[in-house]
Amino acid sequence: MESNVLVVDDSAAIRKILQRVLRQTGMAIHTIHEAGDGQEALGVLTAHRIDLVLSDINMPKMDGLQLLASIKGAAQWRQIPVVMITTEGGETKVSEAVKLGAAGYVRKPFTADQIKEKLAGILEPALPL
Amino acid sequence: MNLNDMILKSITDSTLQVFSTMLGVDIACGEALVKAGLPEANEGVVSFIGLAGTWAGTGSVSCSPALACRICAEMLMCEAPAVNEEVLDTVAELTNMIIGSVKTELEKHLGPLGLSIPTVVYGRNFKTKSAGNAEWRVVRFCWDEEALVVKLCLEPKEQAAHVMFHTSSSDSCALEV
Repeated sequence: MESNVLVVDDSAAIRKILQRVLRQTGMAIHTIHEAGDGQEALGVLTAHRIDLVLSDINMPKMDGLQLLASIKGAAQWRQIPVVMITTEGGETKVSEAVKLGAAGYVRKPFTADQIKEKLAGILEPALPL
Repeated sequence: MNLNDMILKSITDSTLQVFSTMLGVDIACGEALVKAGLPEANEGVVSFIGLAGTWAGTGSVSCSPALACRICAEMLMCEAPAVNEEVLDTVAELTNMIIGSVKTELEKHLGPLGLSIPTVVYGRNFKTKSAGNAEWRVVRFCWDEEALVVKLCLEPKEQAAHVMFHTSSSDSCALEV
Protein backbone atom coordinates (compact mmCIF):
# COMPACT_ATOMS: atom_id res chain seq x y z
CA MET A 1 0.00 0.00 0.00
CA GLU A 2 1.28 3.47 -0.83
CA SER A 3 2.07 5.70 2.15
CA ASN A 4 1.41 9.35 2.90
CA VAL A 5 4.41 11.15 4.37
CA LEU A 6 4.50 14.42 6.32
CA VAL A 7 7.73 16.48 6.17
CA VAL A 8 8.03 19.08 8.96
CA ASP A 9 10.81 21.69 8.78
CA ASP A 10 10.83 25.49 9.05
CA SER A 11 13.23 25.59 6.10
CA ALA A 12 11.47 25.43 2.73
CA ALA A 13 14.84 24.43 1.25
CA ILE A 14 15.04 21.30 3.41
CA ARG A 15 11.38 20.43 2.69
CA LYS A 16 12.14 20.65 -1.04
CA ILE A 17 15.28 18.48 -0.71
CA LEU A 18 13.42 15.87 1.34
CA GLN A 19 10.58 15.80 -1.23
CA ARG A 20 13.15 15.00 -3.92
CA VAL A 21 15.02 12.46 -1.80
CA LEU A 22 11.80 10.68 -0.77
CA ARG A 23 10.74 10.36 -4.43
CA GLN A 24 14.16 8.85 -5.21
CA THR A 25 14.06 6.21 -2.44
CA GLY A 26 12.00 3.76 -4.45
CA MET A 27 9.50 3.52 -1.58
CA ALA A 28 5.76 3.29 -2.23
CA ILE A 29 4.80 6.91 -1.50
CA HIS A 30 1.45 8.39 -2.53
CA THR A 31 1.50 11.96 -1.20
CA ILE A 32 4.13 14.05 0.58
CA HIS A 33 2.56 16.72 2.79
CA GLU A 34 4.57 19.63 4.23
CA ALA A 35 4.43 21.73 7.39
CA GLY A 36 6.67 24.60 8.58
CA ASP A 37 6.34 23.92 12.32
CA GLY A 38 4.79 21.55 14.83
CA GLN A 39 1.46 23.38 15.06
CA GLU A 40 1.00 23.29 11.30
CA ALA A 41 1.94 19.60 11.35
CA LEU A 42 -0.83 18.82 13.85
CA GLY A 43 -3.29 20.45 11.43
CA VAL A 44 -2.07 18.21 8.59
CA LEU A 45 -2.29 15.13 10.82
CA THR A 46 -5.88 16.02 11.70
CA ALA A 47 -6.88 16.52 8.05
CA HIS A 48 -5.07 13.61 6.36
CA ARG A 49 -4.10 9.97 6.91
CA ILE A 50 -0.34 10.09 7.55
CA ASP A 51 1.84 6.96 7.66
CA LEU A 52 5.23 8.55 8.43
CA VAL A 53 6.45 11.88 9.85
CA LEU A 54 9.93 13.28 9.15
CA SER A 55 10.54 16.20 11.49
CA ASP A 56 13.17 18.79 12.30
CA ILE A 57 13.72 19.61 15.99
CA ASN A 58 14.54 23.34 16.08
CA MET A 59 11.43 25.12 14.78
CA PRO A 60 9.43 28.19 15.83
CA LYS A 61 5.97 27.97 17.51
CA MET A 62 6.15 24.22 18.29
CA ASP A 63 9.45 22.35 18.01
CA GLY A 64 9.99 18.78 16.83
CA LEU A 65 10.19 17.25 20.31
CA GLN A 66 6.89 18.88 21.31
CA LEU A 67 5.35 17.60 18.08
CA LEU A 68 6.72 14.11 18.77
CA ALA A 69 5.24 14.20 22.30
CA SER A 70 1.84 15.31 20.88
CA ILE A 71 1.83 12.50 18.31
CA LYS A 72 2.83 9.81 20.80
CA GLY A 73 0.33 11.15 23.33
CA ALA A 74 -2.67 10.90 20.99
CA ALA A 75 -4.35 7.50 20.65
CA GLN A 76 -5.17 8.04 16.96
CA TRP A 77 -1.57 8.99 16.00
CA ARG A 78 0.72 7.13 18.39
CA GLN A 79 1.37 4.26 15.95
CA ILE A 80 2.73 6.70 13.29
CA PRO A 81 6.54 6.38 13.06
CA VAL A 82 8.36 9.69 13.54
CA VAL A 83 11.92 10.10 12.25
CA MET A 84 13.83 13.18 13.44
CA ILE A 85 16.01 14.92 10.84
CA THR A 86 18.01 17.68 12.47
CA THR A 87 21.31 19.44 13.05
CA GLU A 88 20.94 18.64 16.76
CA GLY A 89 23.58 15.97 17.33
CA GLY A 90 23.87 16.35 21.10
CA GLU A 91 23.21 13.30 23.26
CA THR A 92 20.54 15.16 25.26
CA LYS A 93 18.28 15.79 22.27
CA VAL A 94 18.87 12.32 20.83
CA SER A 95 17.99 10.53 24.06
CA GLU A 96 14.99 12.83 24.59
CA ALA A 97 13.69 11.98 21.11
CA VAL A 98 14.26 8.25 21.69
CA LYS A 99 12.56 8.45 25.09
CA LEU A 100 9.55 10.15 23.50
CA GLY A 101 9.27 7.33 20.97
CA ALA A 102 11.10 8.50 17.82
CA ALA A 103 11.52 5.68 15.29
CA GLY A 104 14.87 7.00 14.13
CA TYR A 105 17.24 9.90 13.89
CA VAL A 106 19.16 11.37 10.91
CA ARG A 107 21.66 14.19 11.32
CA LYS A 108 21.92 17.08 8.86
CA PRO A 109 23.80 17.19 6.54
CA PHE A 110 22.38 13.96 5.18
CA THR A 111 22.74 11.89 2.03
CA ALA A 112 19.88 10.30 0.09
CA ASP A 113 21.27 6.90 1.08
CA GLN A 114 21.09 7.73 4.78
CA ILE A 115 17.40 8.67 4.44
CA LYS A 116 16.68 5.56 2.37
CA GLU A 117 18.43 3.33 4.92
CA LYS A 118 16.49 4.86 7.80
CA LEU A 119 13.15 4.40 6.04
CA ALA A 120 13.85 0.87 4.80
CA GLY A 121 12.10 -0.88 7.66
CA ILE A 122 9.32 1.69 7.90
CA LEU A 123 7.93 2.18 4.37
CA GLU A 124 7.15 -0.52 1.83
CA PRO A 125 9.17 -0.55 -1.40
CA ALA A 126 7.28 0.48 -4.54
CA LEU A 127 6.02 -2.42 -6.66
CA PRO A 128 8.03 -2.91 -9.87
CA LEU A 129 6.27 -1.61 -13.01
CA MET B 1 44.69 21.82 20.97
CA ASN B 2 43.47 25.19 22.35
CA LEU B 3 39.89 26.47 21.95
CA ASN B 4 40.67 28.72 18.97
CA ASP B 5 42.35 25.90 17.06
CA MET B 6 39.50 23.55 17.96
CA ILE B 7 36.86 26.01 16.69
CA LEU B 8 38.79 26.77 13.48
CA LYS B 9 39.21 23.05 12.78
CA SER B 10 35.55 22.37 13.55
CA ILE B 11 34.39 25.20 11.23
CA THR B 12 36.63 23.86 8.46
CA ASP B 13 35.54 20.23 8.83
CA SER B 14 31.83 21.10 9.13
CA THR B 15 31.79 23.45 6.13
CA LEU B 16 33.64 21.02 3.87
CA GLN B 17 31.30 18.21 4.96
CA VAL B 18 28.10 20.22 4.40
CA PHE B 19 29.21 21.27 0.90
CA SER B 20 30.31 17.77 0.02
CA THR B 21 27.16 16.05 1.36
CA MET B 22 24.42 18.52 0.47
CA LEU B 23 25.83 20.05 -2.74
CA GLY B 24 28.21 17.34 -3.95
CA VAL B 25 30.94 19.98 -4.21
CA ASP B 26 34.47 20.09 -2.84
CA ILE B 27 35.27 23.72 -2.01
CA ALA B 28 38.76 25.01 -1.25
CA CYS B 29 39.72 26.04 2.25
CA GLY B 30 41.65 29.31 2.59
CA GLU B 31 43.04 31.21 5.58
CA ALA B 32 41.87 30.55 9.12
CA LEU B 33 42.42 33.29 11.70
CA VAL B 34 41.29 34.86 14.96
CA LYS B 35 40.12 38.44 14.65
CA ALA B 36 38.97 41.11 17.14
CA GLY B 37 35.28 42.02 16.97
CA LEU B 38 35.73 45.31 15.17
CA PRO B 39 32.99 46.76 12.94
CA GLU B 40 33.17 45.17 9.51
CA ALA B 41 31.71 46.44 6.28
CA ASN B 42 29.49 43.94 4.49
CA GLU B 43 27.91 43.53 1.13
CA GLY B 44 25.91 40.57 -0.06
CA VAL B 45 24.24 37.84 1.97
CA VAL B 46 25.09 37.41 5.66
CA SER B 47 23.44 34.82 7.89
CA PHE B 48 23.61 34.74 11.70
CA ILE B 49 22.70 32.07 14.21
CA GLY B 50 22.90 32.31 18.01
CA LEU B 51 24.47 29.82 20.42
CA ALA B 52 23.52 29.75 24.10
CA GLY B 53 24.45 27.73 27.15
CA THR B 54 27.29 27.98 29.65
CA TRP B 55 29.09 29.45 26.64
CA ALA B 56 27.28 31.80 24.26
CA GLY B 57 27.92 33.57 20.98
CA THR B 58 27.08 33.82 17.32
CA GLY B 59 27.92 31.95 14.14
CA SER B 60 27.89 33.62 10.75
CA VAL B 61 28.12 32.67 7.07
CA SER B 62 28.59 35.34 4.41
CA CYS B 63 28.99 35.35 0.65
CA SER B 64 28.24 37.35 -2.47
CA PRO B 65 24.73 37.36 -3.99
CA ALA B 66 26.09 35.36 -6.95
CA LEU B 67 27.49 32.64 -4.71
CA ALA B 68 24.27 32.53 -2.65
CA CYS B 69 22.34 31.91 -5.89
CA ARG B 70 24.79 29.21 -6.96
CA ILE B 71 24.55 27.46 -3.58
CA CYS B 72 20.74 27.51 -3.83
CA ALA B 73 20.77 26.21 -7.41
CA GLU B 74 23.09 23.31 -6.53
CA MET B 75 21.43 22.39 -3.25
CA LEU B 76 17.83 22.50 -4.48
CA MET B 77 18.62 21.54 -8.09
CA CYS B 78 16.67 24.52 -9.42
CA GLU B 79 17.18 27.80 -11.23
CA ALA B 80 18.22 30.70 -8.98
CA PRO B 81 18.94 33.71 -11.18
CA ALA B 82 18.59 36.32 -8.41
CA VAL B 83 18.48 36.53 -4.62
CA ASN B 84 14.93 35.67 -3.56
CA GLU B 85 13.26 34.08 -0.55
CA GLU B 86 14.36 30.59 -1.62
CA VAL B 87 18.01 31.69 -1.89
CA LEU B 88 17.92 33.37 1.53
CA ASP B 89 16.24 30.29 3.04
CA THR B 90 18.96 28.06 1.57
CA VAL B 91 21.76 30.22 3.03
CA ALA B 92 19.96 30.16 6.40
CA GLU B 93 19.76 26.36 6.29
CA LEU B 94 23.39 26.11 5.23
CA THR B 95 24.31 28.23 8.28
CA ASN B 96 22.13 26.03 10.48
CA MET B 97 23.90 22.89 9.27
CA ILE B 98 27.46 24.27 9.44
CA ILE B 99 27.17 25.97 12.84
CA GLY B 100 24.97 23.11 14.10
CA SER B 101 27.77 20.64 13.33
CA VAL B 102 30.31 22.94 15.02
CA LYS B 103 28.01 23.16 18.04
CA THR B 104 27.75 19.36 18.27
CA GLU B 105 31.55 19.06 18.21
CA LEU B 106 32.07 21.83 20.78
CA GLU B 107 29.43 20.37 23.14
CA LYS B 108 31.83 17.48 23.83
CA HIS B 109 34.16 19.99 25.49
CA LEU B 110 31.95 22.92 26.59
CA GLY B 111 28.70 21.22 27.65
CA PRO B 112 25.20 21.56 26.15
CA LEU B 113 24.60 24.52 23.81
CA GLY B 114 21.31 25.71 22.31
CA LEU B 115 20.97 26.85 18.71
CA SER B 116 18.66 29.66 17.61
CA ILE B 117 16.70 30.01 14.37
CA PRO B 118 18.99 31.69 11.75
CA THR B 119 18.54 35.28 10.53
CA VAL B 120 19.65 36.32 7.04
CA VAL B 121 20.53 39.85 5.94
CA TYR B 122 20.87 40.81 2.28
CA GLY B 123 21.99 44.23 1.14
CA ARG B 124 24.81 46.64 0.55
CA ASN B 125 26.79 49.02 2.73
CA PHE B 126 25.89 47.59 6.13
CA LYS B 127 28.16 46.98 9.10
CA THR B 128 28.20 44.14 11.61
CA LYS B 129 29.79 44.39 15.04
CA SER B 130 30.00 42.34 18.20
CA ALA B 131 28.61 44.34 21.12
CA GLY B 132 31.22 42.79 23.43
CA ASN B 133 34.92 42.36 22.84
CA ALA B 134 34.49 38.86 21.49
CA GLU B 135 37.07 37.49 19.10
CA TRP B 136 35.83 35.94 15.88
CA ARG B 137 37.32 32.70 14.60
CA VAL B 138 37.20 33.18 10.85
CA VAL B 139 37.69 30.63 8.05
CA ARG B 140 37.61 31.64 4.40
CA PHE B 141 36.59 29.18 1.70
CA CYS B 142 36.60 29.50 -2.04
CA TRP B 143 34.28 27.97 -4.63
CA ASP B 144 35.98 28.73 -7.94
CA GLU B 145 36.54 32.50 -7.72
CA GLU B 146 33.83 33.23 -5.14
CA ALA B 147 34.56 33.55 -1.40
CA LEU B 148 32.50 32.18 1.46
CA VAL B 149 33.37 33.25 5.01
CA VAL B 150 32.33 31.29 8.10
CA LYS B 151 32.82 32.95 11.50
CA LEU B 152 32.11 32.13 15.10
CA CYS B 153 32.45 34.11 18.31
CA LEU B 154 31.99 32.15 21.52
CA GLU B 155 32.85 32.96 25.11
CA PRO B 156 31.79 32.06 28.65
CA LYS B 157 28.23 33.24 29.26
CA GLU B 158 29.09 36.05 31.71
CA GLN B 159 31.17 37.74 29.02
CA ALA B 160 28.92 36.92 26.08
CA ALA B 161 27.74 39.67 23.79
CA HIS B 162 24.07 40.54 23.41
CA VAL B 163 22.36 41.02 20.10
CA MET B 164 21.35 44.45 18.85
CA PHE B 165 20.01 45.52 15.50
CA HIS B 166 20.36 49.11 14.39
CA THR B 167 18.87 50.76 11.35
CA SER B 168 18.94 54.36 10.30
CA SER B 169 17.23 56.50 7.71
CA SER B 170 20.50 56.84 5.80
CA ASP B 171 21.73 54.36 3.19
CA SER B 172 23.71 52.32 5.68
CA CYS B 173 22.76 50.41 8.80
CA ALA B 174 24.59 48.48 11.48
CA LEU B 175 23.91 45.10 13.00
CA GLU B 176 25.54 44.55 16.39
CA VAL B 177 25.89 40.95 17.45
